[in-house]
Parts: sequence; structure tokens; C-alpha cells
Amino acid sequence: MKKASILMIIGSLLLLGLFVFPLWNIMLGAPQYPEPLGMNIHINGIRGVQEFDIQNIDGLNHYIGMKTLPKPDEMWEFSTFPLVVGGMVFLGVLIGLLGLFGKVSYKWFVGWFVLMSVLGLLGMYDFNAWMTDYGTDLDPRAIMKLTHPDGTPMTYKPPLLGNAKILNFNVTSLPGVGGYLLFVGMLLTLVASYFGWKRNSIKVNSETN
Amino acid sequence: MKKYINLFFGLLGVFALVTSCGNQGKSASSGALSSGAADRVYVAPGEYDEFYAFFSGGYTGNLTVYGLPSGRMFKEIPVFSQFPTNGYGYSEETKPMLNTSFGFVPWDDAHHPDISQTNGELDGRWIFINGNNTPRIARIDLTTFETAEIIEVPNSAGNHSSSFIIENTEYVVAGTRFAVPVPQRDMPIKDYKGNFKGALSFISVAPKTGRMDIKFQLMMPGFNYDLSHPGRGKSHGWFFFTTYNTEEASTLMEVNSSQNDKDFIAAVNWKKIEEYVNNGGGTIMPAEYAHNVYDDHTHTATSTMKKEVLTVDPTKVPGAVYFLPTPKSPHGCDVDPSGEYIVGNGKLSADLTVHSFTRMLEAIENEKFDGEAYGIPILKFEDVLAGVVSQPGLGPLHTEFDGKGNAYTTFFISSEVVKWKLGTWEVLDRQPSYYSVGHGMIPGGNSQKPFGKYYISMNKITKDRYLPVGPEMEHSAQLYDISGDKMELLYDFPTHGEPHYAAGIPAEKLIANSKKIFKLSENKHPYAALTANDTKIERDGKDVHIYMSTIRSHFTPDNIEGIKVGDKVYFHITNQEQDFDVPHGFAMIGATNAELLIVPGQTKTLLWEPKKVGVWPFYCTDFCSALHQEMQGYVRVSPADSDLELSWSLGED
Repeated sequence: MKKASILMIIGSLLLLGLFVFPLWNIMLGAPQYPEPLGMNIHINGIRGVQEFDIQNIDGLNHYIGMKTLPKPDEMWEFSTFPLVVGGMVFLGVLIGLLGLFGKVSYKWFVGWFVLMSVLGLLGMYDFNAWMTDYGTDLDPRAIMKLTHPDGTPMTYKPPLLGNAKILNFNVTSLPGVGGYLLFVGMLLTLVASYFGWKRNSIKVNSETN
Repeated sequence: MKKYINLFFGLLGVFALVTSCGNQGKSASSGALSSGAADRVYVAPGEYDEFYAFFSGGYTGNLTVYGLPSGRMFKEIPVFSQFPTNGYGYSEETKPMLNTSFGFVPWDDAHHPDISQTNGELDGRWIFINGNNTPRIARIDLTTFETAEIIEVPNSAGNHSSSFIIENTEYVVAGTRFAVPVPQRDMPIKDYKGNFKGALSFISVAPKTGRMDIKFQLMMPGFNYDLSHPGRGKSHGWFFFTTYNTEEASTLMEVNSSQNDKDFIAAVNWKKIEEYVNNGGGTIMPAEYAHNVYDDHTHTATSTMKKEVLTVDPTKVPGAVYFLPTPKSPHGCDVDPSGEYIVGNGKLSADLTVHSFTRMLEAIENEKFDGEAYGIPILKFEDVLAGVVSQPGLGPLHTEFDGKGNAYTTFFISSEVVKWKLGTWEVLDRQPSYYSVGHGMIPGGNSQKPFGKYYISMNKITKDRYLPVGPEMEHSAQLYDISGDKMELLYDFPTHGEPHYAAGIPAEKLIANSKKIFKLSENKHPYAALTANDTKIERDGKDVHIYMSTIRSHFTPDNIEGIKVGDKVYFHITNQEQDFDVPHGFAMIGATNAELLIVPGQTKTLLWEPKKVGVWPFYCTDFCSALHQEMQGYVRVSPADSDLELSWSLGED
């Protein structure tokens, strides 16, 4: 259980990277922007990749009637996410330590992973819902009201993951460094669960023999 | 007159002689074309040139920025001349830049750019250039590529032996071409001889800010100080100036100032004079000269009139100045990268004279003087001579160095560039120029470390080089590859105005420092509108101040009422964009000055004096965005006695 517990602790601690690095990154390149504009989505707010990117994205978006990008105090997520992530780190480390001293079984590791996965999916769902709102709830007085060839109003939702062409912009949406640390961390807790389970099953087997 | 005609026919004779040599050179150059000259100047779309080249604009008064080897022009930097393109010299902020002791002088003749140095190598912080006509020196900031400072040079006229940089940019040096009475006074012109003075000005450059200040003026005899270059390496501490008209003639100069067999190169030990001045030497004399400084935070220039200058009598500082006899009205005065050789390009001589710095010091040590002029010792020609390049061409003007032991001299009359070897003085190659080359330039030419890959000739006569455009045309430059044993003519391109000299620098020394925007948060302009909430209009008697902002794609405010005939309306326009290359323009119908081009984060002011009642439009002149054409507004102008209150709005119906 020692190896598994240490992995559990390391995996949980990797989530702390989210307090430093962005969870997600969206880059917007266009013919006029050979150096693309970009936004980094942190758990506590949206920041520009370059100093004035947010202002410049908002400036361009006003033509198609999109709302300005939310400031940290304009979305409850940006105050809640840090608490959730911090809480999960604390819980993960605590479980790992208890596992190290043999106080809890690997099932707690599995439990942490499942909880984190559910929270993560909820987060993704919420993020996607915000992007849908951001890309479709447009000012009726927008300067440019564009339609698809079939006549339906054009919307501008950025992709959750991957590339999309939105007007003159090529939008690329990928996890940020914090996001990758989150995935690796979660993977480690899964590995920890596996090691814990394996060791436990060996132990059970040897007891039954 | 007879003498003049003789000279003319004499020149023609040598001209014929030398052109026959030139033809041989031409046949050698045809090899360049067959070895892919086009490939070597081609810079593919989106790729960058290897060098920046800054060409003086001559009578445009400005400085143009080109790329080498492509010959593409990137920018014209307004320096001494009003520039309606962006409002320089028209906007309220930049008018003070062109202030002088003669008042507002909206033009000059810009000649010799030189890039700042550290330890004898180009550092790319600033480029300096001289205004020839109303003597001024300008400093251009190479992060903004805009003129940051202009200082007027008093007691000077025809500021031609300028603006050359010493190896740690301690000084930018400015010498007078015309000798003039000092101080200026009402006196007969024929009393020139012995009474006029030639001021050589050493302008200190503050190491961090670049701020210029005249440290001292050396009041030399009334010769004409034509060109100059600093000593470097072993000769650091000295400065060399060519002179002509040592005859001190004041009329029909082309004949009367060409009579002496030899004129002088003045060798000035500026370190000795600096020490003398630092110990309290010199005489403060009353003077009047403008010092104009532009501030990147207020986006505004201020002009201060200075009232005195420190002058030094060269005879009061023993060992500070010597004359080196140099044949026939030398023009260019060029010092090789090692600092040993001083080339005097005697423009009426068939030979090229090269002096030795080491031999000069020996001659001074041994006091081998050949008389004196106005108390300044004259060294013996034979004692300072390093060598003579014999019969290289006709009409030598300027020499550049490649850092590999070779020199390249321009010949105006025989219209060619001649490559020769330092030390052996043998001619290695010659290439024709089209036509009548003045200066040549190798990037880093005035430094210990030239970048000897390309040579640019700046030609004085264009004629048939390009499609005809009537009697008046731009000048022409030619690009030579000098990386091999022989020079190869690669390319030919027109240059704006009349470039005299140029300065080049590897692109990588400047690219990273070039600013993209000004930060709005650092804008300290007193009339800036940093947010849309700061926009307003204030009336103070007949002065109306409009704090206006621009952002894609509207002005705030765009409807203005309450302006009256006879008002002085100041449009203070802040570009609130913080995105690279999103300038906005501002043009007002009937404005008698120019437009404004305002880059992101900047504030500029245009004065408009409405003369007619009506509703008058203004608009953005720079195609800033898809809705640029909609970026417009109206000003309602009421009669002078109207009671209409000021009002302004945006987006209200």
C-alpha cells in the first residue's frame, strides 16, 4: 500500500498546478493576427495570453454582438472552483496519508477518483454551457448579423476541444498546463487505486490459500 | 574665368582616361548576373531582410528606413521636416520639435545618420542625424523609430561635418561648413579672412537617456569643415575633420577655394580639451539655441531656449589640435576600423591620401612642424603620410571599410566604386556606379566592427535608371555584394529624397526592441481620454478643448454642438486601442494644417479654427477596421454671437 499511497498523494498534489497554470487555452488566429490572440482559462478567471488580448478579443467581438469576457467577480465559478480544487487536494492528500498508515483501503482512492471525475465532468458541462451562451446570446443591435447559408443566425461558440473556423478566425481550444497536470494527477490516483487493488487482491489470495 | 575653363578641360581629359578603365570593370560585373544576383536580393514574402539601412533624406529633411538586400522601404521617419502623413510638425505636441532660435523652421537638409555605439560596436539604441541648413542634430529612438530630441547648434552654419559618433557614444560631433562671424555681427563680407570662425561642437550624449547637451565648441580658424570621423581603438580620443577653403575666400568659391595645393585634415584631441574644460577651462559666451525634447509618456515635445555655450580657443590648449596637410580640398574623412589610417579623399586630386595615426603621434612627439596656421601647428605632409593610392579614379569622395583590410572609395567624376587594400595601397577592383556616386555605406562602417557583406552606393545622378517620370526624380542606390574578392553589382533601387549618407545595422540588433504600441496606462498626456468616461469638452474663452477617444470603429463623442465661428478648437484625440497596428486617423474639413495619425495608446492634438457656420464632418483617415468607413462625426458651428451651449454625445438619437 506504500507505493499506492505515495502515488495518491503526488497525484492529488499535482492539482495544485491549477492555481498557477491555466486549465484551458483558446487561441484565435486570423489573417490579420499572424500572432494569434489568446485566452487562458484559469480556475479563478480568464486572462490574456498577451497583456491586452482580452481587451482586443472583446473589441473584435463587439462587432458580432458578443458579451465581453467575464471578469472573475462576474461568474460564481471563479470563486467556487478554487475552493473545490483546494478541497479535493486536501482530501486526496489526507486519504493518501491515511492509506500510508494503513488506516483506509484503496477503495477510498477509487472513491476520490470517482468524485473528482464527476466534479470534472460537471465543470466541463458548465464550461460548455457558458461557451454556448457566450457564443449564441448575441446583442440584437449587433453591427454584423450574419446567417448560415440555410438562413439560420450564425453563432460563435468556441469549440470545447480542437479546432473550429469562426468567420476569419481559426479557433483552437486545448487543455492548458494546469489541465494536463490535472489529468496526470487523476491518472496517478487511478494507478494508485490499481496498485492498491492489486496488492489487496494478492493479500486476499494469500490469505485464502 | 580662364583658370576655370582650364580646370574644366583638364578634368574632361582625366575623365576620358578613367572611363576607359571603368569599362573594363563593367565587363567583369556581367558575371554577377549569371551567378544568380536575383536570388541574392530576393527576400520571400513574409521573410525579413538581413540588415536595416537608414538613408538620410537630404532635402526631405527626414530619414528613411530600408531593408538590405531587398531595397524595400519600410518607413519614413520625420525628423526636421513637417510630415502631413502623421501630423509631425503640425500637431500641437510636435510643433516644438521644429522650434529654433530663428523661430519655427519646418524643413532642413538631413545628411549623415550615425548609429550609437558601445565599445566601438553598433548598439542600436539611437540614430543621430544632422540638419545642415539651420544647424541642428537630432536623435531618433530606435525602439519607436521616432525623433526623440533635436538640439540646435549655435555659431555654426551649414552643419555638414556632422553627426558622427564616438565609440562609446560619449559625444555626437557637429562641425560647421561655413565659417561665420562669431558672434554674428554686421560686417563686410570681404573681411572674412582672419575674422570668421569655424565652430566644431562636441555634444555630449547622456549614457542612459541619450539626452544631448553641448559640452564645448572649439572655435577653429575660418576654414570650411567638410566632413569628419572619430578615431577608434588606438586613436580613440581624437577626431579628424577635413577642411577646404583654407584660402578663406568668400566668393566664386569653386575656383578661389581650389587654389591651395593642400588643405588640411584637422586632428583634434578631444580628450585633452574635455580635460581642460572639466578643469574649468574655456569661455562661456552668450548664445541662443533651441533644445527640443519629445516625451513618450506625455506624447509631447517641449522646447527650451538655451542662452549660453562654452567655447574653447584651440591655441589655449597646447597639444590639442594639429593640421595634417592633405591634397586638394579633401571631402570625406574616413578612419579605418583599427583607427590607424585616416583617409583624406581629396576631391580634386587624382590620388588618394592616407595618413598614419602612429606617424602623426611620432611627428607630434618630435615636434616636426611645418609652420602654423592661426597658432595651430602644421605637421609635415611626408611625416604623417601612410601611403598613397595612386591614380585610383577621379573625384574621390568617401571611403568605407569592410573589416577585412579593404577599403572602398567612391569616385564622383569617374562614377565608380574602387576597392583597394589598406597597407599595400593597391587597387583590387573597380565597379561602375549609375551615376556619379556620392557616399557609400557598409553596415557598421563607422565602427570597429563593420559587417562587410554588402556595400551600398548612393548616387547623385539617376537619369535613365528607371521608368521616366519627368525632369525631377528620386535618387538611386546600388547594392554590391562584397563578400568575395571582386565586388558584384546585385541590385539597383530608388531612394527617397537625396540620400547623402546612410547607416546600416544587422536586423537582429533592432527587431526585438521595436515597440508595438504605447501603453494607455503609461499615457501622461494632460488632455488624454484614457477611458470613454474621460471624454468631455471644456471651453475657456475662445479656446475649446475636446477630449476625444477612438476605438474601432467610432469617435467618442461623434456629435458636437456649441462651437462658434472664431473659436480655437483643439481636438485632443486618444487612441484607446492596445492592439498592434491599429492606428486611427483624424481629419477635419477645412483644417489648415494636416491630419493626425494616432497609434495605439497615443494622444495627439489638432487645432481647428472654424471660419464658417454649418455642420462640418470629421472622419478617420486610416482604414482601421471593417467599419472604418462609418468612423465619422459632425461638429455644428454656430455664429460667433450664438448662445448655444456646448453639448456632445455618442449613440444618442
